[in-house]
Amino acid sequence: MSEETKSNKFSRRKFVKGIGSSIAGGYILSPAIAKAAKKISKEAKDFSEGKVPLSLKVNESVINVMIEPRTTLAELLRDELKLTGTKVVCNHGECGGCTVLLNNKAVYSCHLLALDAAGKDVTTIEGLSSNGKLHKIQQAFVDEDGLQCGFCTPGQVMAAAALLYKYSKPDKQQIMKEMSGNLCRCAAYPNIIKSVLSAVEKSNG
Amino acid sequence: MKNFEYLQPKSIAEAAGYLKAGNGTSIPYSGGTDALVMMKDNLISPKKVVNLKSIPGLNSIDYIRGEGLKIGALVTISDLAEHPVVKDKFKILSEAAESIASPQLRNVGTVGGNLCQRPRCAYFREDFDCLRKGGNACYAFDGENKLHCIIGGSLCYIVHPSDLATALLVLNTKISIASGEKINEIPIADFFVLPDEDFTRENILQSGEIVTSIFIPDLPEGTKSSYIKFRERAVWDFAVVSVGAVIQTSGSEIVSGRIAFGGVAPIPWTESVVNSKLINRTIDAHIADEIAESILSNADSLEMNGYKIPLAKNLTKRILTQLLM
Repeated sequence: MSEETKSNKFSRRKFVKGIGSSIAGGYILSPAIAKAAKKISKEAKDFSEGKVPLSLKVNESVINVMIEPRTTLAELLRDELKLTGTKVVCNHGECGGCTVLLNNKAVYSCHLLALDAAGKDVTTIEGLSSNGKLHKIQQAFVDEDGLQCGFCTPGQVMAAAALLYKYSKPDKQQIMKEMSGNLCRCAAYPNIIKSVLSAVEKSNG
Repeated sequence: MKNFEYLQPKSIAEAAGYLKAGNGTSIPYSGGTDALVMMKDNLISPKKVVNLKSIPGLNSIDYIRGEGLKIGALVTISDLAEHPVVKDKFKILSEAAESIASPQLRNVGTVGGNLCQRPRCAYFREDFDCLRKGGNACYAFDGENKLHCIIGGSLCYIVHPSDLATALLVLNTKISIASGEKINEIPIADFFVLPDEDFTRENILQSGEIVTSIFIPDLPEGTKSSYIKFRERAVWDFAVVSVGAVIQTSGSEIVSGRIAFGGVAPIPWTESVVNSKLINRTIDAHIADEIAESILSNADSLEMNGYKIPLAKNLTKRILTQLLM
């Protein structure tokens, strides 16, 4: 993102998100009407049957919500908490796009009931950076060009973050094994490995 | 996925009560890595999902030297694979556990769930009214049967998908099953069910029965073990054919040994005629070939899976060579 777009408080991401909610609201373009519609749909949801309370920590904030038991952790993160950095791709635990940390271990958030995260600590890609400073893994992906289209990147970064909780100085074999549950359709694997290796070197340097 | 009630029992008896009362509409749920797939694909739509993870005391690994290894049903696959005693003394088990699915799924999936997972037959998983789902035909018999069984099939031709099951069969494991007030311990070989006994189930568990732990007798000194899994891709995939072996040697003699196969039959498969060849046998240059030639002598392949027979023989040669030479 360039400095100019930052200062305009406008980004491609926000634009796409805006379009998304307009469509969800039935092509209602007036923000006031859209807001009202959103409120109504939210209330209607809360009155629906079969919801149960869930309390967990997401990116160090305590979250208390009412959800349907069938809600996956990814659905909770994206649809309820609007943490859309976590990507749902296959929705079957077969690609890694939705990887988050559950008590510092990598899990597929699309393939875990949100209720199974009760009382636990969830870390998403939004929770990795602190005070506007990228996490060393994120910075390494930028520096080493560890992506092409970028869609699998949040999952890759989270798998790499889990790896660093498990090994202080993983070698290439350990990196390949621990990140084997994340697919990249651009096949940016060589640079993904390079990024993780570079983050490891820097943190041990 | 249809909504359901998520129950959090605090004891095995409470869980069993929920499962029995559900009368087929309640399912036991641990890691959920398989159950969730089946629910998302609407293969099952349980009204109540009984979370076994809320029961305390089922997630530890305890080793007593000279006795054996007790593993709780809720131990995750990754905790099993990385346990120091398992890595050191029961290599076959850590290798089998490490070969399962992917790191993220191993962090969630459990030992008990792995043993109780449903088959991966594409006809079973997709929209076919197959025998195992209560229909009246096995579509694999003259359909796409590249990944189906070569022995032990009749009416239905699934293979058992569990890597742990194959390894645990080699290790003479016992399974503890909570049934009513009692806990019954049975040999793992008696746990699995062939299609000609009952083609609608893979194991003997009745409604309300729960696998609580497994017990592996300690291995004598001088024992080596290994697990080799052949698959089409290195991650996520189930075994096309796998082989596990445990062999105790003394000098240039084999004292005893056991071999079992995954991916060849509807249950984890072992043959006493083969294992008997591994008792008091001198290790020589022919042993791997000889044993490999003797396996799966009653195999009867389908149209597309004949390759599994030479594959199993070659994997047998490989594992014996690796353990003995």
